[in-house]
Amino acid sequence: MNDHSHIEFNGENMTTPIYMDYQATTPMDPRVLEAMMPYFGAKYGNPHSRSHAFGWEAEAAVENARAQIASLIGASPKEIIFTSGATESNNLALKGAAMFYRDKGKDHIITSVTEHKCVLDTCRHLEQEEGFKVTYLPVQENGLIDLDTLKEAITERTVMVSIMSVHNEIGVIQPLAEIGKICRENKVFFHTDAAQGVGKIPLDVNEMNIDLMSISGHKVYGPMGVGALFVRRKPRVRLRPLINGGGQERGMRSGTLSPPLCVGLGEACAIAEAEMASDNERIRLLAKRFHNAINDRLPDVILNGDDEHRYWGNINLSFAYVEGESLMMGIRDLAVSSGSACTSASLEPSYVLRSLGVEEEMAHTSIRFGIGRFTTEAEIDYAVEHIVTAVEKLRAMSPLWEMAQEGIDIKSIEWADH
Amino acid sequence: MAYSEKLIEHYENPRNIGSFEKDDAGVGTGLVGAPACGDVMKLQIKVSPEGIIEDAKFKTFGCGSAIASSSLVTEWVKGKSLDEAGEIKNTDIAEELALPPVKIHCSVLAEDAIKAAINDYKEKAAAPAKGEAAE
Repeated sequence: MNDHSHIEFNGENMTTPIYMDYQATTPMDPRVLEAMMPYFGAKYGNPHSRSHAFGWEAEAAVENARAQIASLIGASPKEIIFTSGATESNNLALKGAAMFYRDKGKDHIITSVTEHKCVLDTCRHLEQEEGFKVTYLPVQENGLIDLDTLKEAITERTVMVSIMSVHNEIGVIQPLAEIGKICRENKVFFHTDAAQGVGKIPLDVNEMNIDLMSISGHKVYGPMGVGALFVRRKPRVRLRPLINGGGQERGMRSGTLSPPLCVGLGEACAIAEAEMASDNERIRLLAKRFHNAINDRLPDVILNGDDEHRYWGNINLSFAYVEGESLMMGIRDLAVSSGSACTSASLEPSYVLRSLGVEEEMAHTSIRFGIGRFTTEAEIDYAVEHIVTAVEKLRAMSPLWEMAQEGIDIKSIEWADH
Repeated sequence: MAYSEKLIEHYENPRNIGSFEKDDAGVGTGLVGAPACGDVMKLQIKVSPEGIIEDAKFKTFGCGSAIASSSLVTEWVKGKSLDEAGEIKNTDIAEELALPPVKIHCSVLAEDAIKAAINDYKEKAAAPAKGEAAE
């Protein structure tokens, strides 16, 4: 896939494939790269060097970045810990708090079945290797957790609740403020994996009573290889570090910081804070244009996840009677991702869609379309044309579509498993 | 997924898409796979009184490999006797399209589809004029 070509569509020039995989990674904003560049060059100091100007200069840049990140989420700079990315942040939040408070009779964690793999895998590790108990909350058909179920799951032994902000696969926004309120009332820490949420939706750690928040650089138009963890100071959350060493980052994450990466994440957050409202309005209009056009022209297309509590930069659609991987081959000019089994090594359809109660045959037909800061209206229109053509072609060769048109209920047929 | 040129060519220009009237004498229909597994193939053959497959059509719900496998076998069975067509092996299909290991099941499904179509034809031939008598 190193082939990029230039095409003209409706009088506009564009490059294909068109990037619609913003949940996998966001392209870096050129302003971010510009801010980072000096720290790859002349400003090469170690931010932990206290004895000379090279160190002071790097330290000032890192602290400025810390303040930019904090400002975006309503935190204090002292509450921001730099990490290598959201996976490390999630590991540190979950393992760090679990291991620290285990001696205080806390050995229970609550999360949900649709969390990102790095949260689920960390929870599994704590269960199997460290003897913790984990409650995996189910989600409703719209992808959201039920608050009463959450309340019932909390016990005296619960140390934390970990629920993601914006879902990477289906874009739904969990009721963060309500979850935070419940957690605070029950004196349980609230961790949220906000990799897909930071810079996309307004987040305020105090209004939402969030105690720990994982942040990713490359999902917010910043660089890969850097992330952050918000760790609340009042009331204080204590973590046992995963990485021991020189005691950087308040002892919670040793190791020399990378000033260019920290500066990049900081600048990305500053841009997001300044432009979130206008960005979101643009993205919402493009998403509506896309979704409406698809619905107008194709029957039997289902939007996965709640249609109200969602970040519109993520549109996950199931195209009934068309298998996801073959559709992706048919829309090769679009860079997208699929919940279909055939695109994964395991041949299992998406566990997220299955958790929503999406039937397996529909889970096989799903594609996630990402819309972001650099998506244009012409790209959306081109994508729609491309998708409609491919779906119509594949439906014309689908035996399931043929049966549906003949009024045969696919569920009435006895299919052999293979 | 890295696919061979031949596979992509079959996916982009599939041969023999369509359906025969499945109640017609001389038509055998094989429907294999399951929607929940992500692939369903319908393969139909039209057999001459001499027992030669004169025409074949398919419809497939499935990944690119499944579509290409079924397209390929519709080409292969044409002109063959039922016995010859029944000898087509999934390994031949997999080799021709250079299927990656995780996609071998697509070629197995295509082989199953041929066998199912042949069986359906034979069963119908053994119980002739059932549909006509009922009318």
